[in-house]
Amino acid sequence: MMALETNINNLVRLQAVPPDWPGGFWGHWVFFTVVIIGFVLTMVMGVIYIERRGMGRMQSRLGPNRTGPFGLLQPVADAIKVLLKENIVPTAADKLVHWLAPVVAFAPALMIFAVIPFQNGAMLADLNIGILYVVAISSVSTVGVFMAGWGSSNKYSLLGAMRNVAAVVSYEIPLVLAIVGVVLIAGSLSLNQIVLAQDIPFILLQPLGFFLFFAAGCAEINRSPFDLMEADSEIVAGFHTEYSGMKFAMFYLVEYAEAIAISAIITTLFLSGWRGPLLPPWLWFIIKVLLVFFAMVWTRTTLPRIRIDQLMAFSWKFLLPLAVINLLVTALEVLASPAGLPWVVVIINLAIMAILILLWSKFFFKLGWGRIEV
Amino acid sequence: MALKTEPFVLNLGPVHPSTHGVFRMRATLDGEVVVDIEPIFGYLHRGVEKLAEQRTYTGIIPLTDRLDYISAMNNNFAYCLAVEKLAGIKVPERAEYIRVIMAELQRIAAFLIAVGAFLNDCGAYFTPFLYMFREREKIVDLFEMVSGQRLTYNYMRVGGVSQDLPEEFLPALRKFVDEMPRFIDEYDRLLMQNEILLARAKGVGILTKEQAINASASGPVLRASGVKWDIRKADPYSIYDRFEFDIPTGTVGDCYDRYRVRVEEMRQSLRIIKQAMAQIPSGPVRAEVPHLIRPPVGEAYARIESPKGELGFYLVSDNSIAPYRCHIRPPSLINLTALREMVRGWKVADLIIIFGSIDITVGEIDR
Amino acid sequence: MTVALSGKEIANQIVEKFPDSIVASSEKEIVVKSGSLLDVAAFLKDTPGLDFNYLNYITAVDYYDHFEVVYMLSSLEHNHSLVLKTRCYDRENPVLPSLVRLWQGADFQEREIYDLMGIRFEGHPNMKRIFLWEGFQGHPLRKDFM
Repeated sequence: MMALETNINNLVRLQAVPPDWPGGFWGHWVFFTVVIIGFVLTMVMGVIYIERRGMGRMQSRLGPNRTGPFGLLQPVADAIKVLLKENIVPTAADKLVHWLAPVVAFAPALMIFAVIPFQNGAMLADLNIGILYVVAISSVSTVGVFMAGWGSSNKYSLLGAMRNVAAVVSYEIPLVLAIVGVVLIAGSLSLNQIVLAQDIPFILLQPLGFFLFFAAGCAEINRSPFDLMEADSEIVAGFHTEYSGMKFAMFYLVEYAEAIAISAIITTLFLSGWRGPLLPPWLWFIIKVLLVFFAMVWTRTTLPRIRIDQLMAFSWKFLLPLAVINLLVTALEVLASPAGLPWVVVIINLAIMAILILLWSKFFFKLGWGRIEV
Repeated sequence: MALKTEPFVLNLGPVHPSTHGVFRMRATLDGEVVVDIEPIFGYLHRGVEKLAEQRTYTGIIPLTDRLDYISAMNNNFAYCLAVEKLAGIKVPERAEYIRVIMAELQRIAAFLIAVGAFLNDCGAYFTPFLYMFREREKIVDLFEMVSGQRLTYNYMRVGGVSQDLPEEFLPALRKFVDEMPRFIDEYDRLLMQNEILLARAKGVGILTKEQAINASASGPVLRASGVKWDIRKADPYSIYDRFEFDIPTGTVGDCYDRYRVRVEEMRQSLRIIKQAMAQIPSGPVRAEVPHLIRPPVGEAYARIESPKGELGFYLVSDNSIAPYRCHIRPPSLINLTALREMVRGWKVADLIIIFGSIDITVGEIDR
Repeated sequence: MTVALSGKEIANQIVEKFPDSIVASSEKEIVVKSGSLLDVAAFLKDTPGLDFNYLNYITAVDYYDHFEVVYMLSSLEHNHSLVLKTRCYDRENPVLPSLVRLWQGADFQEREIYDLMGIRFEGHPNMKRIFLWEGFQGHPLRKDFM
């Protein structure tokens, strides 16, 4: 009994639960679990609405506007419809894997939010290795996706799942390297500490890192132009071709939960998280998340999709070298001014980014990224 | 131990988002690479050629609407030309102009769909597609004005057109013709120089000049391969010899060229419409043609440059009220002949865009 | 303007090379014997000055006692065209030589004629039904198909 108590106490200390929190550790845990689930579900509905209406505007049409005021209840109507739909499992499917896949994919998407600060210290667990945890957990979804692709015993699903695994494995590296730059400046792996360190938002100190992270993040979560795992014009719906009803809803939820997660991480790492004037911090956080998400919607409506070999080339020949250079430059800067980076660095880094991207693009075409000159 | 691999057979279609109807390709893949494909047709086969043998010459016109339903006016046009050639009917001037205006408007509408669908296949999520549908809508409104229909117009008749243009048509057309160049520029600004599109479409699915000619390709597919061959110029039908326009051609015959050729042709079509609008005379719109046409015994082949390529009708008459034989030369089907050579060795994603860049309508393939 | 070459003149050229290959010729068309179709087609395609490099269409007409298969050839360089016909008198098992080796564009059209008219094209790499399903009885475009 004593040992357990000590363990829990250790845990509590580790996770920095505010000492005056009512109900102590468990109260904190229950509260934030409920908040996170509620947050993710409502945000998913919100972003689906934003995506559909926003895309409607961009594509010179209206988007859903019949259910509720301004079509606000459209996600609810969709959710009800999809939950009431028949659950179809293909005869040749591996039933267990097919059933388990959405669960395996969904859990990690939710777990990412455990370490994301909604405002100062308001998070389920202020892990001192928070960002490492995010990186580790976010890759687990891929297992679910691959299970879906394999378990459906559908060729489109398998193709989509293979593409997804290939993409995630390749894009994890620039993604992590982009994070390391931020960690170097902040001097901490804890997401809350990173936010606290952002007197200057890191998008200014790490402009290149931001773009690398944004591109790699989009690829990780199958957002356009890297959406070739569920490229509807090629492989119908990719890994979730054979899913219907509730299980499809789970995948749909994962897709948007991951998009929100990546937006939230970008917000936390680069856009100074919950910090902002006037408005309450959690509102700032949500606004920034939605802004990042909106950028993703924007790219989706604008850009065509790239091909699998180009996807690989883009990761290994463009993002990775730039991420390494970015890391090197950041390390040198941190070494030069250990007390904290001054404003001058912002200008230097912006210049470095512009030059690097321009030069490396030229070099990238020389290396060949799948464009054939004729 | 050597790794054991086996080919992966993937059935694309008949129900698939990018097969533009009910078309099926059986693709043999090696991973993502296409080893071989076999197109499988017939899911929309309605036996139009057989049906035509039991209908009067006028009664076939609605059937032709349903061939290439994306460009129904052009089908009407080609068929009426064939019957007129067979029966020796002279079409009034005004009707000729109306026909040319309709055919060119329809060409723009069909290319809007072709280009939009191609970009959609490239993965530009519906934005270009819907932009182009916005303009197609205006054309469809114009057609509705003259024929009351929005897809299968059934507007042209043997010896002319079914009815004269309504009063409000020409002003509406002028407005459209004035606005349209701006929108075409907008499409170009949207994606023409986009790096991803260039990387996806340039050098992909090359159809060489020799291959294209040998495979009887026609229309934009042939022109994109660098052959300056447009039936409107090479073998002018109706009154096309009175208009000035250029034939845009590609250089290498890749997907990008096919896309460019279509966009350029929209501009040329607008040029033709402008000239036709300036020259259109007044007068009757229909020749005196008996209700039941009995062309003399013989045969005739009339062809037009439809948006898909050379659309021809081969009619054999036995002096009865129905054709003895009505053969349709379907450009969509024949353009697909070289598909297999074009896609071999490319990836699945390329297969889709190569197929999309050929631009087919299944109604015309299967008939 | 595409010039429709006189069938008679071309027929004279063909007869020089392949005597006894022409059944009839008129201003509009040439009717060749089915046996020498391949030779004549190759001649038309490869002779300089004729250069019929483009096969516009192939179709078949059922005249009860025979099938008439119509080929329209063009030359994109010289912009002229010619209608070539051949006849097939066997109703049970009509066979013609395939022109796929000369013009790839004949591929689907010959399959279509086989499917709907029942004329087999010998030498075609993939002589199967194209629109109707395997096992369909009869050939619908024949006049006696009900």
